[in-house]
Amino acid sequence: MDWYPLWNSLRIAGVSCVLVYFAGIFAAYYAARLPGAVKGALDVLLTLPMVLPPTVCGYFLLLLFGTKRPLGILLARFGIRLVMTWYGGIAAAFLVSFPLMYRTARGAFESFDETLAQAGKTLGLSNTYIFWRIRMPVCRQGILAGTVLAFARALGEYGATSMLIGYTPGRTATISTTVYQLWRTNDGQGAFRWVMVNLAVSAAVLLAVNLLERRQRERGRRP
Amino acid sequence: MSLLVDIRKQLGQFRLDVSFETGGGVLGILGASGCGKSYTLKCIAGIARPDAGRIVLNGKTLFDSKEKICLPPQKREVGYLFQSYALFPHMTVEQNILCGLHREKDKAERAAVLAELYELLQLRGLEKLRPAQLSGGQAQRAALARILASRPKLLLLDEPFSALDSHLRGKLQMEMKELLSRLGGLVLLVTHSQDEAYHLCQSLAIMDEGKLLTLRGTKQLFADPGSRRASELTGCKNNAAAFKVDGHTVEVPAWGVRLTAAQPVRDGLTAVGVRAHYFDPQTQHNRFPVIFTGDMEEPFEWILQFRFPGQPPDSPSLWWRVPKDRLPNPWPEALGVAPVNVLLYYS
Repeated sequence: MDWYPLWNSLRIAGVSCVLVYFAGIFAAYYAARLPGAVKGALDVLLTLPMVLPPTVCGYFLLLLFGTKRPLGILLARFGIRLVMTWYGGIAAAFLVSFPLMYRTARGAFESFDETLAQAGKTLGLSNTYIFWRIRMPVCRQGILAGTVLAFARALGEYGATSMLIGYTPGRTATISTTVYQLWRTNDGQGAFRWVMVNLAVSAAVLLAVNLLERRQRERGRRP
Repeated sequence: MSLLVDIRKQLGQFRLDVSFETGGGVLGILGASGCGKSYTLKCIAGIARPDAGRIVLNGKTLFDSKEKICLPPQKREVGYLFQSYALFPHMTVEQNILCGLHREKDKAERAAVLAELYELLQLRGLEKLRPAQLSGGQAQRAALARILASRPKLLLLDEPFSALDSHLRGKLQMEMKELLSRLGGLVLLVTHSQDEAYHLCQSLAIMDEGKLLTLRGTKQLFADPGSRRASELTGCKNNAAAFKVDGHTVEVPAWGVRLTAAQPVRDGLTAVGVRAHYFDPQTQHNRFPVIFTGDMEEPFEWILQFRFPGQPPDSPSLWWRVPKDRLPNPWPEALGVAPVNVLLYYS
Protein backbone atom coordinates (compact mmCIF):
# COMPACT_ATOMS: atom_id res chain seq x y z
CA MET A 1 0.00 0.00 0.00
CA ASP A 2 1.28 3.44 -0.93
CA TRP A 3 1.23 5.64 2.22
CA TYR A 4 1.78 8.90 0.37
CA PRO A 5 -1.83 10.21 0.90
CA LEU A 6 -1.48 9.83 4.70
CA TRP A 7 1.81 11.67 4.82
CA ASN A 8 0.49 14.35 2.46
CA SER A 9 -2.71 14.84 4.47
CA LEU A 10 -0.78 15.10 7.72
CA ARG A 11 1.70 17.66 6.43
CA ILE A 12 -1.02 19.77 4.81
CA ALA A 13 -3.16 19.68 7.97
CA GLY A 14 -0.11 20.21 10.21
CA VAL A 15 1.28 23.22 8.37
CA SER A 16 -2.12 24.83 7.88
CA CYS A 17 -2.94 24.21 11.54
CA VAL A 18 0.20 26.07 12.68
CA LEU A 19 -0.58 28.97 10.34
CA VAL A 20 -4.23 29.05 11.36
CA TYR A 21 -3.22 28.99 15.04
CA PHE A 22 -1.25 32.23 14.82
CA ALA A 23 -3.48 33.94 12.24
CA GLY A 24 -6.65 32.97 14.13
CA ILE A 25 -5.34 34.17 17.49
CA PHE A 26 -4.05 37.38 15.98
CA ALA A 27 -7.37 38.10 14.20
CA ALA A 28 -9.43 37.12 17.26
CA TYR A 29 -7.39 39.27 19.65
CA TYR A 30 -7.68 42.37 17.51
CA ALA A 31 -11.29 41.77 16.43
CA ALA A 32 -12.34 41.47 20.10
CA ARG A 33 -11.30 45.09 20.68
CA LEU A 34 -12.63 46.71 17.49
CA PRO A 35 -15.65 49.03 17.54
CA GLY A 36 -19.01 47.32 16.90
CA ALA A 37 -19.68 48.11 13.20
CA VAL A 38 -16.17 47.31 11.94
CA LYS A 39 -16.15 44.17 14.05
CA GLY A 40 -19.44 42.99 12.55
CA ALA A 41 -18.25 43.47 8.96
CA LEU A 42 -14.90 41.79 9.63
CA ASP A 43 -16.66 38.98 11.40
CA VAL A 44 -18.82 38.23 8.37
CA LEU A 45 -15.81 38.27 6.05
CA LEU A 46 -13.68 36.03 8.27
CA THR A 47 -16.46 33.55 9.01
CA LEU A 48 -17.81 33.28 5.45
CA PRO A 49 -15.58 30.33 4.43
CA MET A 50 -17.20 28.29 7.21
CA VAL A 51 -20.69 28.56 5.75
CA LEU A 52 -19.81 28.56 2.04
CA PRO A 53 -19.61 25.17 0.29
CA PRO A 54 -15.92 24.19 0.13
CA THR A 55 -16.13 23.99 -3.66
CA VAL A 56 -17.09 27.67 -3.71
CA CYS A 57 -14.05 28.42 -1.54
CA GLY A 58 -11.97 26.43 -4.04
CA TYR A 59 -13.49 28.46 -6.85
CA PHE A 60 -12.44 31.69 -5.18
CA LEU A 61 -8.96 30.32 -4.60
CA LEU A 62 -8.67 29.47 -8.30
CA LEU A 63 -9.96 32.94 -9.11
CA LEU A 64 -7.16 34.44 -7.00
CA PHE A 65 -4.27 32.07 -7.50
CA GLY A 66 -5.00 30.55 -10.93
CA THR A 67 -1.90 30.44 -13.15
CA LYS A 68 -3.31 33.18 -15.39
CA ARG A 69 -4.56 35.38 -12.53
CA PRO A 70 -2.56 38.40 -11.28
CA LEU A 71 -1.82 36.87 -7.84
CA GLY A 72 -0.91 33.54 -9.41
CA ILE A 73 1.43 35.27 -11.88
CA LEU A 74 2.97 37.29 -9.03
CA LEU A 75 3.61 34.16 -6.93
CA ALA A 76 4.99 32.35 -10.00
CA ARG A 77 7.74 34.96 -10.10
CA PHE A 78 8.94 33.61 -6.76
CA GLY A 79 8.61 30.06 -8.03
CA ILE A 80 5.45 29.36 -6.06
CA ARG A 81 2.49 27.71 -7.74
CA LEU A 82 -0.57 26.80 -5.70
CA VAL A 83 -2.52 25.06 -8.44
CA MET A 84 -1.95 21.31 -8.66
CA THR A 85 0.82 21.27 -6.00
CA TRP A 86 0.75 19.76 -2.50
CA TYR A 87 1.29 23.12 -0.82
CA GLY A 88 -1.69 24.51 -2.66
CA GLY A 89 -3.53 22.13 -0.33
CA ILE A 90 -2.27 24.22 2.59
CA ALA A 91 -4.00 27.30 1.15
CA ALA A 92 -7.26 25.36 0.74
CA ALA A 93 -7.07 23.87 4.23
CA PHE A 94 -6.13 27.24 5.73
CA LEU A 95 -9.10 29.01 4.16
CA VAL A 96 -11.74 26.54 5.35
CA SER A 97 -10.30 25.91 8.82
CA PHE A 98 -9.42 29.51 9.70
CA PRO A 99 -12.99 30.51 10.74
CA LEU A 100 -13.13 27.67 13.28
CA MET A 101 -9.98 28.85 15.03
CA TYR A 102 -10.93 32.51 14.75
CA ARG A 103 -14.41 32.06 16.23
CA THR A 104 -13.45 29.78 19.12
CA ALA A 105 -10.43 31.90 20.03
CA ARG A 106 -12.52 35.07 19.88
CA GLY A 107 -15.11 33.53 22.19
CA ALA A 108 -12.34 32.62 24.63
CA PHE A 109 -10.80 36.11 24.50
CA GLU A 110 -14.17 37.78 24.97
CA SER A 111 -14.86 35.83 28.15
CA PHE A 112 -11.39 36.64 29.52
CA ASP A 113 -11.56 38.71 32.71
CA GLU A 114 -9.83 41.98 31.72
CA THR A 115 -9.01 42.78 35.34
CA LEU A 116 -6.35 40.05 35.13
CA ALA A 117 -4.59 41.95 32.35
CA GLN A 118 -5.05 45.22 34.23
CA ALA A 119 -3.63 43.70 37.40
CA GLY A 120 -0.65 42.46 35.40
CA LYS A 121 -0.04 45.95 34.07
CA THR A 122 -0.15 47.59 37.50
CA LEU A 123 2.35 44.94 38.69
CA GLY A 124 4.68 46.15 35.95
CA LEU A 125 4.43 43.10 33.68
CA SER A 126 5.01 43.82 29.98
CA ASN A 127 2.13 43.55 27.52
CA THR A 128 3.91 40.69 25.73
CA TYR A 129 4.26 38.76 29.00
CA ILE A 130 0.61 39.41 29.84
CA PHE A 131 -0.50 38.12 26.43
CA TRP A 132 1.58 34.93 26.30
CA ARG A 133 1.80 34.04 29.99
CA ILE A 134 -1.57 35.20 31.31
CA ARG A 135 -4.15 35.72 28.58
CA MET A 136 -3.21 32.65 26.53
CA PRO A 137 -2.96 30.15 29.41
CA VAL A 138 -6.21 31.40 30.94
CA CYS A 139 -7.95 31.04 27.56
CA ARG A 140 -6.21 27.74 26.76
CA GLN A 141 -9.41 25.65 26.79
CA GLY A 142 -10.97 27.67 23.99
CA ILE A 143 -7.75 27.97 22.06
CA LEU A 144 -7.03 24.25 22.31
CA ALA A 145 -10.57 23.47 21.15
CA GLY A 146 -10.16 25.84 18.21
CA THR A 147 -6.82 24.31 17.23
CA VAL A 148 -8.19 20.77 17.32
CA LEU A 149 -11.24 21.75 15.31
CA ALA A 150 -9.06 23.50 12.76
CA PHE A 151 -6.72 20.50 12.49
CA ALA A 152 -9.60 18.06 12.12
CA ARG A 153 -11.27 20.25 9.52
CA ALA A 154 -8.01 20.58 7.56
CA LEU A 155 -7.47 16.83 7.69
CA GLY A 156 -10.92 16.14 6.31
CA GLU A 157 -10.85 18.92 3.73
CA TYR A 158 -12.05 17.75 0.31
CA GLY A 159 -13.98 20.29 -1.76
CA ALA A 160 -11.61 23.24 -1.98
CA THR A 161 -8.63 20.89 -2.15
CA SER A 162 -9.92 18.92 -5.12
CA MET A 163 -10.78 22.19 -6.93
CA LEU A 164 -7.34 23.70 -6.38
CA ILE A 165 -4.90 20.77 -6.44
CA GLY A 166 -6.92 17.95 -7.90
CA TYR A 167 -5.82 14.34 -7.47
CA THR A 168 -2.40 13.24 -8.70
CA PRO A 169 -1.21 10.00 -7.07
CA GLY A 170 2.11 10.53 -5.32
CA ARG A 171 1.94 14.31 -5.70
CA THR A 172 -1.29 15.92 -4.53
CA ALA A 173 -3.33 12.95 -3.30
CA THR A 174 -4.71 13.32 0.23
CA ILE A 175 -6.70 10.76 2.24
CA SER A 176 -10.05 12.28 1.34
CA THR A 177 -9.34 12.70 -2.37
CA THR A 178 -7.90 9.17 -2.44
CA VAL A 179 -11.04 7.69 -0.88
CA TYR A 180 -13.16 9.37 -3.52
CA GLN A 181 -10.85 8.40 -6.35
CA LEU A 182 -10.69 4.72 -5.30
CA TRP A 183 -14.44 4.54 -4.81
CA ARG A 184 -15.03 6.15 -8.19
CA THR A 185 -12.77 3.60 -9.90
CA ASN A 186 -14.64 0.70 -8.26
CA ASP A 187 -11.83 -0.15 -5.83
CA GLY A 188 -14.17 -0.60 -2.83
CA GLN A 189 -11.54 -2.41 -0.81
CA GLY A 190 -8.92 0.27 -1.31
CA ALA A 191 -11.43 2.96 -0.33
CA PHE A 192 -12.30 0.97 2.81
CA ARG A 193 -8.62 0.73 3.81
CA TRP A 194 -8.22 4.52 3.58
CA VAL A 195 -11.45 5.08 5.49
CA MET A 196 -10.00 2.98 8.30
CA VAL A 197 -6.76 4.97 8.20
CA ASN A 198 -8.76 8.17 8.43
CA LEU A 199 -10.74 6.84 11.42
CA ALA A 200 -7.53 5.82 13.17
CA VAL A 201 -5.95 9.26 12.71
CA SER A 202 -9.07 11.09 13.91
CA ALA A 203 -9.39 8.82 16.95
CA ALA A 204 -5.72 9.37 17.79
CA VAL A 205 -6.17 13.16 17.62
CA LEU A 206 -9.21 13.10 19.90
CA LEU A 207 -7.49 10.75 22.35
CA ALA A 208 -4.46 13.03 22.52
CA VAL A 209 -6.71 16.00 23.26
CA ASN A 210 -8.48 14.14 26.05
CA LEU A 211 -5.19 13.12 27.63
CA LEU A 212 -3.91 16.68 27.41
CA GLU A 213 -7.04 18.04 29.05
CA ARG A 214 -6.92 15.47 31.84
CA ARG A 215 -3.30 16.31 32.58
CA GLN A 216 -4.17 19.99 32.84
CA ARG A 217 -7.10 19.28 35.13
CA GLU A 218 -4.93 17.20 37.41
CA ARG A 219 -2.33 19.92 37.58
CA GLY A 220 -5.02 22.28 38.87
CA ARG A 221 -6.17 19.94 41.64
CA ARG A 222 -5.43 20.26 45.32
CA PRO A 223 -2.17 18.42 46.04
CA MET B 1 4.39 61.52 50.46
CA SER B 2 1.72 63.24 48.47
CA LEU B 3 -0.89 62.56 45.88
CA LEU B 4 -2.60 65.19 43.79
CA VAL B 5 -5.55 64.23 41.63
CA ASP B 6 -7.44 66.67 39.45
CA ILE B 7 -9.24 64.91 36.61
CA ARG B 8 -12.27 65.19 34.37
CA LYS B 9 -13.90 62.57 32.21
CA GLN B 10 -17.12 62.44 30.20
CA LEU B 11 -18.65 58.96 30.00
CA GLY B 12 -21.87 59.25 28.00
CA GLN B 13 -24.26 61.17 30.25
CA PHE B 14 -22.04 60.72 33.27
CA ARG B 15 -19.49 63.38 34.13
CA LEU B 16 -16.58 62.67 36.45
CA ASP B 17 -14.94 65.75 37.95
CA VAL B 18 -12.70 64.95 40.86
CA SER B 19 -9.96 66.91 42.52
CA PHE B 20 -8.26 66.28 45.84
CA GLU B 21 -4.88 66.19 47.51
CA THR B 22 -3.63 63.95 50.28
CA GLY B 23 -0.42 63.86 52.23
CA GLY B 24 -0.37 60.36 53.64
CA GLY B 25 -2.20 57.76 55.66
CA VAL B 26 -5.39 56.10 54.53
CA LEU B 27 -7.80 58.27 52.58
CA GLY B 28 -11.23 56.81 51.95
CA ILE B 29 -13.67 57.65 49.19
CA LEU B 30 -17.20 56.82 50.28
CA GLY B 31 -19.99 56.77 47.72
CA ALA B 32 -22.91 54.80 46.34
CA SER B 33 -22.20 52.32 43.56
CA GLY B 34 -21.87 54.01 40.19
CA CYS B 35 -20.73 57.34 41.62
CA GLY B 36 -17.40 57.10 39.82
CA LYS B 37 -15.16 56.16 42.73
CA SER B 38 -13.75 52.99 41.16
CA TYR B 39 -13.25 54.83 37.89
CA THR B 40 -11.20 57.43 39.75
CA LEU B 41 -8.91 54.66 41.03
CA LYS B 42 -8.59 53.26 37.50
CA CYS B 43 -7.51 56.69 36.24
CA ILE B 44 -4.86 56.92 38.95
CA ALA B 45 -3.57 53.42 38.16
CA GLY B 46 -3.48 54.20 34.44
CA ILE B 47 -6.02 51.57 33.44
CA ALA B 48 -8.48 54.26 32.38
CA ARG B 49 -7.59 57.58 30.83
CA PRO B 50 -9.19 60.88 31.88
CA ASP B 51 -10.09 63.50 29.27
CA ALA B 52 -8.22 66.24 31.05
CA GLY B 53 -6.39 67.10 34.23
CA ARG B 54 -3.37 66.08 36.23
CA ILE B 55 -2.24 63.26 38.52
CA VAL B 56 0.98 63.72 40.49
CA LEU B 57 2.37 61.15 42.92
CA ASN B 58 5.29 62.16 45.19
CA GLY B 59 6.31 64.85 42.71
CA LYS B 60 6.24 62.44 39.74
CA THR B 61 3.69 63.33 37.08
CA LEU B 62 1.65 60.27 36.13
CA PHE B 63 -0.78 62.12 33.92
CA ASP B 64 -0.96 65.66 32.59
CA SER B 65 -3.24 66.45 29.68
CA LYS B 66 -1.57 69.82 29.01
CA GLU B 67 1.96 68.40 28.98
CA LYS B 68 0.66 65.34 27.08
CA ILE B 69 2.04 62.99 29.74
CA CYS B 70 0.29 59.68 30.34
CA LEU B 71 2.55 57.05 31.89
CA PRO B 72 1.58 53.43 31.22
CA PRO B 73 0.41 51.53 34.34
CA GLN B 74 3.72 49.63 34.33
CA LYS B 75 5.64 52.85 35.09
CA ARG B 76 3.32 54.33 37.72
CA GLU B 77 4.34 52.32 40.79
CA VAL B 78 0.74 52.20 41.88
CA GLY B 79 -0.60 48.99 43.43
CA TYR B 80 -4.23 48.12 42.72
CA LEU B 81 -6.18 45.63 44.81
CA PHE B 82 -9.14 44.66 42.65
CA GLN B 83 -12.56 43.85 44.08
CA SER B 84 -12.17 40.30 42.72
CA TYR B 85 -8.43 40.26 43.70
CA ALA B 86 -7.53 39.34 40.08
CA LEU B 87 -5.14 36.55 41.04
CA PHE B 88 -3.89 34.68 37.97
CA PRO B 89 -5.91 31.45 38.14
CA HIS B 90 -3.35 29.24 36.38
CA MET B 91 -0.51 30.14 38.74
CA THR B 92 0.19 29.11 42.32
CA VAL B 93 0.24 31.65 45.13
CA GLU B 94 4.01 31.72 44.91
CA GLN B 95 4.03 32.25 41.13
CA ASN B 96 1.46 35.01 41.55
CA ILE B 97 3.63 36.81 44.10
CA LEU B 98 6.72 36.34 41.92
CA CYS B 99 4.86 38.25 39.18
CA GLY B 100 5.04 41.26 41.48
CA LEU B 101 8.74 40.58 42.05
CA HIS B 102 9.75 40.22 38.41
CA ARG B 103 11.98 43.30 38.50
CA GLU B 104 14.16 41.75 41.19
CA LYS B 105 16.80 39.73 39.33
CA ASP B 106 18.78 38.57 42.37
CA LYS B 107 17.62 35.11 43.40
CA ALA B 108 18.58 35.37 47.07
CA GLU B 109 16.90 38.75 47.40
CA ARG B 110 13.76 37.36 45.74
CA ALA B 111 13.62 34.48 48.18
CA ALA B 112 14.11 36.88 51.10
CA VAL B 113 11.24 39.13 49.99
CA LEU B 114 9.02 36.09 49.45
CA ALA B 115 9.74 34.81 52.95
CA GLU B 116 9.06 38.22 54.42
CA LEU B 117 5.73 38.50 52.60
CA TYR B 118 4.63 34.98 53.58
CA GLU B 119 5.28 35.95 57.18
CA LEU B 120 3.63 39.36 57.00
CA LEU B 121 0.47 38.08 55.32
CA GLN B 122 0.29 34.63 56.94
CA LEU B 123 0.60 32.74 53.68
CA ARG B 124 2.83 29.92 54.98
CA GLY B 125 1.56 26.57 53.77
CA LEU B 126 -0.43 28.13 50.93
CA GLU B 127 2.53 28.78 48.60
CA LYS B 128 1.76 25.91 46.22
CA LEU B 129 -2.01 26.34 46.08
CA ARG B 130 -3.91 27.85 43.20
CA PRO B 131 -6.33 30.77 43.67
CA ALA B 132 -9.40 28.51 43.27
CA GLN B 133 -8.28 26.57 46.34
CA LEU B 134 -8.06 29.64 48.59
CA SER B 135 -10.74 31.07 50.86
CA GLY B 136 -11.83 34.68 50.33
CA GLY B 137 -9.56 35.98 53.06
CA GLN B 138 -6.56 33.97 51.88
CA ALA B 139 -7.09 35.18 48.32
CA GLN B 140 -7.14 38.76 49.55
CA ARG B 141 -3.91 38.30 51.48
CA ALA B 142 -2.25 36.62 48.49
CA ALA B 143 -3.32 39.50 46.23
CA LEU B 144 -1.97 42.02 48.74
CA ALA B 145 1.32 40.13 48.98
CA ARG B 146 1.62 40.21 45.20
CA ILE B 147 1.05 43.96 45.17
CA LEU B 148 3.44 44.65 48.05
CA ALA B 149 6.11 42.59 46.26
CA SER B 150 6.09 45.21 43.49
CA ARG B 151 6.83 47.94 46.11
CA PRO B 152 4.17 50.45 45.07
CA LYS B 153 4.39 54.09 46.17
CA LEU B 154 0.60 54.21 46.43
CA LEU B 155 -1.85 51.45 47.29
CA LEU B 156 -5.36 51.53 45.83
CA LEU B 157 -8.00 49.35 47.50
CA ASP B 158 -11.18 48.92 45.47
CA GLU B 159 -14.04 47.73 47.73
CA PRO B 160 -11.64 45.27 49.37
CA PHE B 161 -14.24 43.49 51.49
CA SER B 162 -17.26 43.36 49.19
CA ALA B 163 -16.48 39.83 47.95
CA LEU B 164 -16.40 38.38 51.48
CA ASP B 165 -18.98 36.81 53.76
CA SER B 166 -20.13 39.19 56.47
CA HIS B 167 -18.71 37.09 59.32
CA LEU B 168 -15.25 37.24 57.73
CA ARG B 169 -15.46 40.91 56.98
CA GLY B 170 -14.97 42.17 60.52
CA LYS B 171 -11.94 39.98 61.13
CA LEU B 172 -10.31 40.95 57.87
CA GLN B 173 -10.95 44.63 58.46
CA MET B 174 -9.05 44.33 61.74
CA GLU B 175 -6.17 42.59 59.97
CA MET B 176 -6.16 45.13 57.17
CA LYS B 177 -6.15 48.01 59.65
CA GLU B 178 -3.13 46.60 61.42
CA LEU B 179 -1.34 45.85 58.16
CA LEU B 180 -1.93 49.34 56.80
CA SER B 181 -0.64 50.99 59.95
CA ARG B 182 2.48 48.79 59.84
CA LEU B 183 3.14 49.64 56.20
CA GLY B 184 2.61 53.36 56.58
CA GLY B 185 2.61 54.83 53.10
CA LEU B 186 -0.11 56.27 50.98
CA VAL B 187 -3.37 54.36 50.68
CA LEU B 188 -6.58 55.20 48.83
CA LEU B 189 -9.59 53.08 49.73
CA VAL B 190 -12.88 53.11 47.89
CA THR B 191 -16.03 51.79 49.53
CA HIS B 192 -19.78 52.11 49.71
CA SER B 193 -19.84 51.01 53.36
CA GLN B 194 -19.76 53.72 55.98
CA ASP B 195 -18.57 51.19 58.58
CA GLU B 196 -15.58 50.18 56.48
CA ALA B 197 -14.69 53.80 55.86
CA TYR B 198 -14.98 54.61 59.57
CA HIS B 199 -12.85 51.62 60.62
CA LEU B 200 -9.99 52.06 58.20
CA CYS B 201 -9.64 55.64 57.03
CA GLN B 202 -8.00 58.57 58.77
CA SER B 203 -9.56 61.01 56.35
CA LEU B 204 -12.59 60.57 54.20
CA ALA B 205 -14.05 62.08 51.06
CA ILE B 206 -17.67 61.70 50.05
CA MET B 207 -18.37 61.19 46.37
CA ASP B 208 -21.70 61.62 44.64
CA GLU B 209 -22.52 61.55 40.93
CA GLY B 210 -18.94 62.01 39.84
CA LYS B 211 -18.09 64.81 42.25
CA LEU B 212 -16.35 65.01 45.62
CA LEU B 213 -18.56 66.66 48.21
CA THR B 214 -16.35 66.91 51.27
CA LEU B 215 -12.94 65.75 52.38
CA ARG B 216 -11.97 65.91 56.04
CA GLY B 217 -10.95 63.78 59.02
CA THR B 218 -13.19 60.73 59.22
CA LYS B 219 -14.53 61.37 62.73
CA GLN B 220 -15.00 65.04 61.99
CA LEU B 221 -16.87 64.18 58.80
CA PHE B 222 -19.25 61.82 60.57
CA ALA B 223 -19.84 64.46 63.29
CA ASP B 224 -20.48 67.21 60.76
CA PRO B 225 -21.02 65.99 57.18
CA GLY B 226 -21.82 69.53 56.00
CA SER B 227 -24.31 68.62 53.29
CA ARG B 228 -27.46 66.55 53.21
CA ARG B 229 -26.18 64.15 50.52
CA ALA B 230 -22.88 63.60 52.35
CA SER B 231 -24.80 62.92 55.53
CA GLU B 232 -27.08 60.40 53.82
CA LEU B 233 -24.02 58.61 52.47
CA THR B 234 -22.52 58.41 55.96
CA GLY B 235 -25.73 56.63 56.96
CA CYS B 236 -27.84 59.39 58.51
CA LYS B 237 -31.47 58.26 58.20
CA ASN B 238 -33.41 61.33 59.40
CA ASN B 239 -32.98 64.38 57.20
CA ALA B 240 -35.39 67.19 56.40
CA ALA B 241 -35.44 70.69 54.93
CA ALA B 242 -35.12 73.43 57.56
CA PHE B 243 -34.54 77.16 57.98
CA LYS B 244 -32.73 79.31 60.47
CA VAL B 245 -34.75 80.94 63.25
CA ASP B 246 -31.98 82.49 65.33
CA GLY B 247 -28.38 81.89 66.52
CA HIS B 248 -28.91 78.30 67.66
CA THR B 249 -32.47 77.44 66.58
CA VAL B 250 -33.82 75.91 63.39
CA GLU B 251 -37.37 75.26 62.26
CA VAL B 252 -38.13 71.91 60.60
CA PRO B 253 -41.57 72.11 58.92
CA ALA B 254 -41.54 68.48 57.77
CA TRP B 255 -41.30 67.34 61.40
CA GLY B 256 -43.36 70.17 62.87
CA VAL B 257 -40.66 71.01 65.45
CA ARG B 258 -38.03 73.59 66.33
CA LEU B 259 -34.62 72.21 67.24
CA THR B 260 -31.76 73.74 69.19
CA ALA B 261 -28.30 73.05 67.79
CA ALA B 262 -25.01 73.26 69.68
CA GLN B 263 -23.24 74.80 66.71
CA PRO B 264 -24.16 78.35 65.74
CA VAL B 265 -26.60 78.33 62.81
CA ARG B 266 -25.24 80.23 59.81
CA ASP B 267 -27.27 81.86 57.05
CA GLY B 268 -27.83 79.61 54.04
CA LEU B 269 -28.88 76.61 56.12
CA THR B 270 -30.94 74.27 53.92
CA ALA B 271 -31.65 71.18 56.03
CA VAL B 272 -30.94 69.36 59.25
CA GLY B 273 -30.41 65.75 60.24
CA VAL B 274 -30.45 63.52 63.32
CA ARG B 275 -28.81 60.08 63.26
CA ALA B 276 -31.14 57.23 64.16
CA HIS B 277 -28.97 56.31 67.17
CA TYR B 278 -29.07 59.80 68.67
CA PHE B 279 -32.67 60.04 69.85
CA ASP B 280 -32.69 59.71 73.61
CA PRO B 281 -35.67 59.08 75.92
CA GLN B 282 -33.83 60.58 78.94
CA THR B 283 -32.64 63.98 77.72
CA GLN B 284 -34.70 67.13 78.27
CA HIS B 285 -33.17 68.85 75.21
CA ASN B 286 -35.24 69.06 72.04
CA ARG B 287 -37.79 66.82 73.68
CA PHE B 288 -41.10 66.21 71.89
CA PRO B 289 -43.94 63.69 72.21
CA VAL B 290 -43.79 60.86 69.65
CA ILE B 291 -46.24 58.37 68.13
CA PHE B 292 -44.73 55.01 67.15
CA THR B 293 -45.83 53.73 63.72
CA GLY B 294 -43.67 50.70 63.07
CA ASP B 295 -40.94 48.47 64.43
CA MET B 296 -38.30 46.09 63.15
CA GLU B 297 -36.33 43.75 65.35
CA GLU B 298 -32.64 43.07 64.89
CA PRO B 299 -30.56 40.64 66.98
CA PHE B 300 -29.39 43.33 69.41
CA GLU B 301 -31.27 46.46 68.45
CA TRP B 302 -34.73 47.74 67.80
CA ILE B 303 -35.41 49.93 64.82
CA LEU B 304 -38.50 51.96 65.60
CA GLN B 305 -40.40 54.27 63.30
CA PHE B 306 -42.16 57.26 64.80
CA ARG B 307 -43.85 60.58 64.00
CA PHE B 308 -44.12 63.87 65.82
CA PRO B 309 -47.77 64.92 66.41
CA GLY B 310 -47.27 68.16 64.41
CA GLN B 311 -45.83 66.36 61.42
CA PRO B 312 -47.65 66.87 58.06
CA PRO B 313 -49.17 63.57 56.79
CA ASP B 314 -47.07 63.48 53.59
CA SER B 315 -43.76 63.71 55.44
CA PRO B 316 -41.99 60.38 56.05
CA SER B 317 -41.69 58.86 59.53
CA LEU B 318 -38.43 59.09 61.49
CA TRP B 319 -36.12 56.27 62.58
CA TRP B 320 -34.82 55.51 66.04
CA ARG B 321 -32.26 52.74 66.60
CA VAL B 322 -31.91 51.63 70.18
CA PRO B 323 -30.02 48.74 71.83
CA LYS B 324 -32.56 46.29 73.26
CA ASP B 325 -31.38 46.70 76.85
CA ARG B 326 -31.85 50.48 76.63
CA LEU B 327 -35.43 50.55 75.32
CA PRO B 328 -37.69 51.51 78.27
CA ASN B 329 -40.80 49.43 78.88
CA PRO B 330 -43.40 50.73 78.17
CA TRP B 331 -42.00 52.58 75.13
CA PRO B 332 -41.33 56.26 75.86
CA GLU B 333 -43.95 58.89 75.13
CA ALA B 334 -41.39 61.50 74.20
CA LEU B 335 -37.90 61.54 72.67
CA GLY B 336 -35.18 64.19 72.80
CA VAL B 337 -31.93 64.96 71.00
CA ALA B 338 -28.81 66.51 72.51
CA PRO B 339 -28.09 69.81 70.67
CA VAL B 340 -24.62 68.55 69.68
CA ASN B 341 -26.32 65.78 67.69
CA VAL B 342 -28.38 68.09 65.51
CA LEU B 343 -26.51 68.09 62.18
CA LEU B 344 -26.67 71.29 60.12
CA TYR B 345 -26.55 71.13 56.30
CA TYR B 346 -25.71 74.03 54.05
CA SER B 347 -26.06 72.55 50.56
